[in-house]
Amino acid sequence: MGNGEKKRELILAFESSCDETSVAVIEDGNKILSNVVATQVKSHKRFGGVVPEVASRHHIEQVTLCLADAMEEAKVTYNDLSAVAVTYGPGLVGALLVGVASAKVVAYAHNLPLIPVNHMAGHIYAARFKSEIKFPAIALLVSGGHTELVYMARENSYQIIGETRDDAAGEAYDKIGRVLGLKYPAGKNIDEMAHEGADTFAFPRAMMKEENFDFSFSGLKSAFINTVHHAEQVNEKLNVNDLAASFQQSVVDVLVYKTERALNDFSVKQLILAGGVAANQGLRDGLDELIGKYSGIELLKAPLNLCGDNAAMIGAAGFVAWKNGESADLSLNADPSLEFEWI
Amino acid sequence: MNILAIDTSNETLSIAILKNKNLVATITTNQSKNHSVTLMPQIANLLKQVNMSITEIDRFVVAKGPGSYTGLRIGVTTAKTFAYTLSKELVGVSSLAVLAAPINEVNTVIIPIFDARRDNVFAGAYLRENNQLKNVIVDQHIPLEKLLEKLSDYKRLFFVGVDSHKFAERIKIVLKDKEIQFSANELDYPQAYYLGIMGLAQEPVDIHSFVPKYLRLTQAESQWLEKNQESNDESLVEKI
Ligand SMILES: Nc1ncnc2c1ncn2[C@@H]1O[C@H](COP(=O)(O)OP(=O)(O)OP(=O)(O)O)[C@@H](O)[C@H]1O
Ligand SMILES: [Mg+2]
Repeated sequence: MGNGEKKRELILAFESSCDETSVAVIEDGNKILSNVVATQVKSHKRFGGVVPEVASRHHIEQVTLCLADAMEEAKVTYNDLSAVAVTYGPGLVGALLVGVASAKVVAYAHNLPLIPVNHMAGHIYAARFKSEIKFPAIALLVSGGHTELVYMARENSYQIIGETRDDAAGEAYDKIGRVLGLKYPAGKNIDEMAHEGADTFAFPRAMMKEENFDFSFSGLKSAFINTVHHAEQVNEKLNVNDLAASFQQSVVDVLVYKTERALNDFSVKQLILAGGVAANQGLRDGLDELIGKYSGIELLKAPLNLCGDNAAMIGAAGFVAWKNGESADLSLNADPSLEFEWI
Repeated sequence: MNILAIDTSNETLSIAILKNKNLVATITTNQSKNHSVTLMPQIANLLKQVNMSITEIDRFVVAKGPGSYTGLRIGVTTAKTFAYTLSKELVGVSSLAVLAAPINEVNTVIIPIFDARRDNVFAGAYLRENNQLKNVIVDQHIPLEKLLEKLSDYKRLFFVGVDSHKFAERIKIVLKDKEIQFSANELDYPQAYYLGIMGLAQEPVDIHSFVPKYLRLTQAESQWLEKNQESNDESLVEKI
């Protein structure tokens, strides 16, 4: 390109790990040219949770439509692209396979490198659309399937320092939501209710005394369910907003406390908050308050509209992986239980 | 017209490149443990062997089902994405018809069978007329006993497919006064060359809306439909 104009690097990204089919075009790893998301939430609401076979079937209905819209909205051609990135795990295997098969075809048909992306790296890189990531950094990843603290010594390096021993935070939200008769997924709804109530139930805060960065939410979930069932038996009416507020405060306290421990042990420039539950207002407020105690650490929260699953975040993480020389060949498979390494 | 034909509907993986009705190259393997891993490298290899580029393919033909749900999705996603991204044609052919195609018997119903477990099968029935395959019992998911009932109208029957042998005893007992044959080994496996030939004769389909013919609702959906009579018209997937 003449006139000193830098060639823009475009990544076409695919995401299909759970119940969203998404295709995006990302420029230079930080600019969204398109981010088409087809969500199946309405479909799975019928069953009170994601049914894997139903999810896989929807992905195959949507995948080329999303690809068409993403290319058109971005106003680019295949010739303009630098690489194709795709989520290959973790997630539902049948769902992942649709994105992987489609991405392999596009990469092969147009002679483009294929970049495998860990979905959780994608969630972290949703924050990249807010501002640049500075290393070393720690990410608190809270989503429907994961709750973990990830240390990033440098670009493209991800190491788990702690994770949940049982339920993920989002999963706990959805499960207690069901007990309250709320529609799936209940996280957002409970978050809103929590703001109308107060922490009056004093539910347990798990693993606060242990010398590690791990979490546990199943005890809290059980305490919550027992409280509700007991009240039903004795015909007592509980204030649901107070229940929501108490549950949420317990979750937030544990997440914030373990994050604080991590910030004390690791010297980092940034704390990143990402994953579907990163949309939680109580958690966002809790971390704002925490970060006030640290003068040298910046809090980088994934933008609200990019906390849930989307291909833009996969494109941003894929761009970084691609710059660091990562690629896959045509035998790339889905890896439903893909995990970052432990530190 | 150059055709790439893909069948990943069951354990066997078969792909073929055709120039009109002529076979250019084909590969069929029963050693593809995982079609997700195997399919694309095999396509790339086959094209390379015959010095062709994927961009020279004019039509993608895929075995659309029934079969293993995962296998079908790998084949169909691959074929539909190829057709879309290269602006080429897409054709889907019954995976059962692919098995029936090489059977050269006249005045005989040809019944390709896939085991669908718990005494159920995916099956259809075909007749060869004027060198064309005519579908006489539509492809369906059906208990074996019911299928055999439906077949009692016919006198000469030819069962085909690896799975057909599993049911040989039962078939011979139930249909004891019929003339029954079973496919020999070499005809037990789907061959993408036949898939390509059949795909050549069909009209291309709309690419975006093309999905596998599973021939079965998911369990969650059929249970939901039992409880929720009201129609299910509203769109279940939304762009956000
Ligand atoms: N405001 C909120 N408060 C709490 N939870 C929320 C909020 N918004 C969404 N969630 C929860 O976020 C989860 C969905 O997040 P996400 O899409 O990242 O999960 P996933 O993709 O299913 O899981 P994973 O990313 O671990 O594979 C759901 O459990 C949902 O209830
Ligand atoms: Mg997710």
